[in-house]
Amino acid sequence: MYTYSDFDEAFVRERVAQFRGQVERRIDGSLTEDEFKPLRLMNGLYLQLHAYMLRVAIPYGTLSSRQMRQLGYIAGKWDKGYGHFTTRQNIQYNWPKLRDIPDMLDALADVQMHAIQTSGNTIRNVTADHFAGAAADEIADPRPVAELLRQWSTDHAEFQFLPRKFKIAITGAPNDRAVIRAHDIGLEIVERDGEVGYRVFVGGGLGRTPMIGKVVRDFLPRLDLLPYIEAILSVYNLLGRRDNKYKARIKITVHETGIDEIRGMIEERFAEIRPEFTGVDQQILAGIEAQFAPPAFRDADPAPYLAARDADPVFRAWCDTNLTAHKRDDHAIVSISLKAHGKTPGDATAEQMAVMADLAERYAYDELRISHEQNVILPHVPRTDLPAIHAALKEVGLATANIGLVSDIIACPGMDYCALATARSIPVAQEIATRFEELKLEHDIGALKIKISGCINACGHHHVGHIGILGLDRAGVENYQITLGGDGTEETTIGTRTGPGFAYDEIVPAIERILFAYLDLREDASETFLETYRRLGMAPFKAALYPVKERADAA
Amino acid sequence: MSRTFTPKVVTANALLEGDAVWLTAADTWTRDMGEAELIEDPGHAELRLLHAQGETETVVGAYLADAKAGPTGPVPTHFREAFRTRGPSNYAHGKQEGA
Repeated sequence: MYTYSDFDEAFVRERVAQFRGQVERRIDGSLTEDEFKPLRLMNGLYLQLHAYMLRVAIPYGTLSSRQMRQLGYIAGKWDKGYGHFTTRQNIQYNWPKLRDIPDMLDALADVQMHAIQTSGNTIRNVTADHFAGAAADEIADPRPVAELLRQWSTDHAEFQFLPRKFKIAITGAPNDRAVIRAHDIGLEIVERDGEVGYRVFVGGGLGRTPMIGKVVRDFLPRLDLLPYIEAILSVYNLLGRRDNKYKARIKITVHETGIDEIRGMIEERFAEIRPEFTGVDQQILAGIEAQFAPPAFRDADPAPYLAARDADPVFRAWCDTNLTAHKRDDHAIVSISLKAHGKTPGDATAEQMAVMADLAERYAYDELRISHEQNVILPHVPRTDLPAIHAALKEVGLATANIGLVSDIIACPGMDYCALATARSIPVAQEIATRFEELKLEHDIGALKIKISGCINACGHHHVGHIGILGLDRAGVENYQITLGGDGTEETTIGTRTGPGFAYDEIVPAIERILFAYLDLREDASETFLETYRRLGMAPFKAALYPVKERADAA
Repeated sequence: MSRTFTPKVVTANALLEGDAVWLTAADTWTRDMGEAELIEDPGHAELRLLHAQGETETVVGAYLADAKAGPTGPVPTHFREAFRTRGPSNYAHGKQEGA
């Protein structure tokens, strides 16, 4: 894992000291809110419905056990004993007090973390495949490049006042687990004739105008990465609209300019700045890569694991849903579900964070990941240790066997916390999970991704949910629109709206009708919801969702 | 003809704690919406908002929110404002914590 250089350390400490002074000056009245607001946003501090909210970056979703333990400590000391992991691999604290923020930032700096550029019209936390470095299907670990981009984009003088925020995601595998096509820039590590390079997507994004990223370069040689990314940002910085917030993201710039024309402009800018990159970036990258060397994997006897599987059906069920193939047969990737039925998606208590940190330290080479699906990953686990890990997780309510199932729901904070939200998301997720647990249908329904956003900004990725739910304010009442058929993988698809929305107390029954229809319609248990939808289209689901009588009455 | 004026309260977030507060007729800020001043006149609403926006050492982001008279003072008419008087629905945190 990456360890801060002296430069990183000094920079982060200096920013904390600066912000400490800014907070003091705000409190003593030397700074007005208008003056203070851009400063606090630069340091990840929002003001939400009930309190301040501090958003902390978890670069490319990677944490050491020490960092995870510290996140739990901060939650206990300055917040209400929990933290919320987000779809952009950040953690949010929902209840900090203004006076405490500088101390929280110092505590983060103690473990080489910060909240810089987690807000504002800057390049945000660079996200990555949460299975990076462990997945069997990977061409290369994307995190060294993500770290290079973090260093390059942090406080980059040219890109501190972009037309709008800018999000980059990277994957090193053909199976996209990082939703790269829904990012301003998506990077995919690819191999061509034995040479490793990047496929570059630009102009993806969800929100009010969802767009799928377009390929701007099919193969970018490794050495050209940083100048090419800088060229994209540079073109966007000049061309992106500043007259209308809703048209300011690069997806609109690409859409209005056309991919071919904008490609030409990027190539022109690239030719201009390429000579300035004399190779220092590659030296730095090589240094970073050395720090991401794989751990010294232990050879592990799988016998205890196999015995436990046979003996304990609860353990077996957890293995069946929560394990993913590791590049080594005697290891596994463990997904720890933060989606216990009825709990808040993505929340972990201080105690749970401490336990996960201990498990990572003891069994899993000291590494954890946060997935954009709001779960925690132990990327490298010897199979022999799985029974012990499962037992320890069970004691703190973290052994839910539901990864990829109906209750493994992405939900944004929604109107329970967020000042931008138009409706609640969390209770909808809680009730869907609880309902299908009661019905005992979760495993029968199988692979399904439900994603819920509490406003059009789509932090809950509803557009790419197999079932997407969007909460709106319709004449002062919460109303929920449903989309079907979305997909956030390498086949990224924007879901299609079913029709009129549903009131708060109608949305869970509506989801139930869709899923009962699916169980009736599927060819057999091996056909997933998404496959059935793709085979049959919207019509049968619409018929189930809006019964004839209701439609006749409405006519 | 102008639209009928909906009664308002002036609300904001406290600078230090960040939680919801409401302006009283006595120019103080309260954490109990029932103690807020219910404003029935548009001109007076503008004046009260201007006053609140000047209180930058105490509160942040003052605005006028729709309200109506309840049995013990103003109550919210929109669900967003109702949440601000209580707290989130997933934990008993915020104002409902001490209630």
